[in-house]
Amino acid sequence: MTSYTMTHLKQLEQESIHVMREVVAESRNPVMLYSVGKDSAVMVRLAQKAFFPGRFPFPLLHVDTGYKFPEMYEFRDRFTASIGARLIVERNEEWIAKGAHPTVLGTDKCCQMLKTRGLLDALAKHGFDAAFGGARRDEEKSRAKERFFSVRDEFGQWDPKNQRPELWSLYNAELGDRESVRVFPLSNWTELDVWQYIRLEKIPLVPLYFAQPRRTVELGGIIVPAEHLETVDPHVKLGLGESDVTVRSCRFRSLGCIPCTGAVESTVTDVDGIIDEVVAARRSERENRLIDLTSDSSMEQKKREGYF
Amino acid sequence: MDALDYANKSLLRFTTSGSVDDGKSTLIGRLLYETNCIYEDQYAAVAKTSAKRGDGRVDLALLLDGLAAEREQGITIDVAYRYFTTAKRKFIIADTPGHEQYTRNMVTGASTADLAIILIDARHGVMTQSKRHGFLISLLQIPHLVVAVNKMDLVGWDQGVYDAIVRDYGEFSQKLDIQDITFIPISALEGDNVTTRSANTPWYDGQTLLHVLENVHVAADRNLVDFRFPVQTVLRPDLDFRGFAGTVVSGTVSVGEELAALPSGRTSRIRRIVTFDGDLETAVAGQAVTLVLQDEIDVSRGDMLVRRHNLPHVANEFDAMLCWMDEERLDPRTAYVLKHTTHKVKAHVRDVTYRIDVDTLHREASDGFGLNEIGRVSLKTSRPLYFDSYRRNRGTGSFILIDPVSNRTVAAGMIRGRTSSVHEVTRTRHAEPRRSTNVQWEAGAIGTADWEARNGHKGAVVWCTGYSGAGKSTVARGLVRRLFDEGRQVMMLDGDNVRHGLCGDLGFGDQDRSENIRRVGEAAKLFWQQGNIVVCTFISPFRADRDFVRSLLPEGVFVEVYVKCDLGVCRRRDPKGLYAKAEAGQIKDFTGIDSPYEEPEAPEVVIETDLETVEQVVQRIHRHLADQGII
Repeated sequence: MTSYTMTHLKQLEQESIHVMREVVAESRNPVMLYSVGKDSAVMVRLAQKAFFPGRFPFPLLHVDTGYKFPEMYEFRDRFTASIGARLIVERNEEWIAKGAHPTVLGTDKCCQMLKTRGLLDALAKHGFDAAFGGARRDEEKSRAKERFFSVRDEFGQWDPKNQRPELWSLYNAELGDRESVRVFPLSNWTELDVWQYIRLEKIPLVPLYFAQPRRTVELGGIIVPAEHLETVDPHVKLGLGESDVTVRSCRFRSLGCIPCTGAVESTVTDVDGIIDEVVAARRSERENRLIDLTSDSSMEQKKREGYF
Repeated sequence: MDALDYANKSLLRFTTSGSVDDGKSTLIGRLLYETNCIYEDQYAAVAKTSAKRGDGRVDLALLLDGLAAEREQGITIDVAYRYFTTAKRKFIIADTPGHEQYTRNMVTGASTADLAIILIDARHGVMTQSKRHGFLISLLQIPHLVVAVNKMDLVGWDQGVYDAIVRDYGEFSQKLDIQDITFIPISALEGDNVTTRSANTPWYDGQTLLHVLENVHVAADRNLVDFRFPVQTVLRPDLDFRGFAGTVVSGTVSVGEELAALPSGRTSRIRRIVTFDGDLETAVAGQAVTLVLQDEIDVSRGDMLVRRHNLPHVANEFDAMLCWMDEERLDPRTAYVLKHTTHKVKAHVRDVTYRIDVDTLHREASDGFGLNEIGRVSLKTSRPLYFDSYRRNRGTGSFILIDPVSNRTVAAGMIRGRTSSVHEVTRTRHAEPRRSTNVQWEAGAIGTADWEARNGHKGAVVWCTGYSGAGKSTVARGLVRRLFDEGRQVMMLDGDNVRHGLCGDLGFGDQDRSENIRRVGEAAKLFWQQGNIVVCTFISPFRADRDFVRSLLPEGVFVEVYVKCDLGVCRRRDPKGLYAKAEAGQIKDFTGIDSPYEEPEAPEVVIETDLETVEQVVQRIHRHLADQGII
């Protein structure tokens, strides 16, 4: 007997697949932004499903700040090759050469140059008119108002007061000459949905998500791997000695740039454990990412400037 | 919560609406808080802000204010989506602003909802806004409505206040198309009857809000009958594989079944239902799959796969309800881009039938729509669409209009059906009744002559026409009573009874009046065919409409009775108070005031109710029927 009801995860999956197919059918040159994190991992799996048995349907674009963890680069190259996807890596070499860093520019400015600028330049260089992002509405307050199809002007800017209404499952992907669209297939997923899906689908992840004993230093309340101390703060190392290093069992709840991503203490070594932790958690996942905390509306500000 | 159970929940999408200060944000904040879906740091931030403002308690509504502009103004501007989870279900809330200029947002939020919550402030009772929201919920066909009567704590938990609101809103909702409505007395601020039963409402024996949300049965709301598969994209990774990717909008389909492709009409059978997780035997509504057919038939994006014996309408002219969402007004000269399923065509709005005043539900004549206005239109598209009525199928009955220059989404549309205006029939030289092409009359059935033989008299359609207040209904009732008492097979159709049901969707503009008469004419014909004397009373001011009904029937069957009365007398009689309203400008297009009445040229019977008694005129019509051999 056929079951006519679907679990919520299955419904979310089907919705995301529908969205991806619409984009591929209606846009000229789509790309998927790939950050190597768990949300990207889910996005890649959904794209494989949407176009099966076809090849991976669009290139993956990694906007590299140069500050990612070595484990991320290693995983990125191995994983994208294994699924037969074309990987494009773009970096804002000008600002990387200038030594852009949160301690120098502040987190906002650093993000703007290495991520937002890097992204906009990459989209323009390749002429991508549609870019998939893995952002979810539950991540942050201003994202709750984001659409599946988020139209951006020629500067990649988001205008929250002038968004297209999105009705039923009818998406308006029509674009003007200089416009582009960011598409968020995971809009209706929560952090817990993402983890459940990873578990259900056995999706491979960067090992940083799982706990292991790591040599760490506590820096202003944030747990930082000792080996990356210099990357986190080039000036701080002088004042710290071997006695400040503690071996902690810890993991990363979300992965960003080394200077802005702290670890959390944990003994969890598998996805089941992470799910238990997420269910029990009373802290939102971006909290160990410094970029959202600078002002009450900092994420909205970044999105207005073209951050995805 | 058991983490592993989490993967097996069902999903409910609902929308919330209320006026400013009805406590909507507080209610959502309360639901998120009570279901443990607020993170500690988010709660701490809100607590800090509340303390800074000197609120005295944590304002849960602050959890929801997303954009800087909204925080400044203290109101919600845009639809925000929120998520929470309980042991049973995952919930997606479309939180829509209640402000009147945000009808657009409410329609957007409602378009995907299985259930709607309307908040009513117990202190203020049923306000205009609550009615508007109810109308939109009915328009968008959300299957379930919960009316949460909030701030009960501020009226001392007075059952009388609650009962009055239930009565008022219940009465109002009778006018709407809402199947399931539940009332709950709550305090979002204190949490009463939100997730746990309140000790303050011993007189309330219903469920808590959360209980309703967790248990409302939504699986049955889906259309599992009509298989519709709009093709999104064609997958052909190599020469051996050609599959049609898309989401099953409604119905189910299995391997081996015969399908037809629209618009080509070519047929084939399903060979495989392909997914990444393995082939399926059957696919159901909501599933995103890839269909492989047995034969190489030409199918591309925008085409639709359906069952051969369950077809949607195929037409390039149809009627729809339109909600206008753009600052720029509807322009009938613009060829908009219409997106329907995966199909894009050019579309003109040919005619605005009426606009609905969403506060009073009155239909009014209109030549176009501005932002947040709603009404009925006729559209014509460059190529045919394959559609069902929105009422039957949300997926194939909905569309959006996109401005060809700005690319903005300017309107949301809900298809009612093919264009059905009698004008098309009567204002062309080749007047002929419209006929559905797929209908086969039952052969060997009982004929009109059989009915007449059994009844002992012939059937007829007695059509009383004249001004409002001329006495048509009084005369008709008298005639029907007399024929009934004589044992005749008789029935009555009048303006008031058909406008409640059969023609309940029509207004009083010229086009709708004509459509009203066309439907009544067709109905009368069916009853006549089964031997009835059908007495119809309709103002029916247009000669062309009356002649159209006459043309449906064989010679001698249609008996036109001109119920003549001096307009001055009609106005004085004014039994329904309509002339007074029309003269005050409260009713538009009223026959005799600002809309014409075309006198019959050769009626079978003329009666003058200002000169004769009811008995006299009934007798004259009766004699005519006898003279013609009908009775």
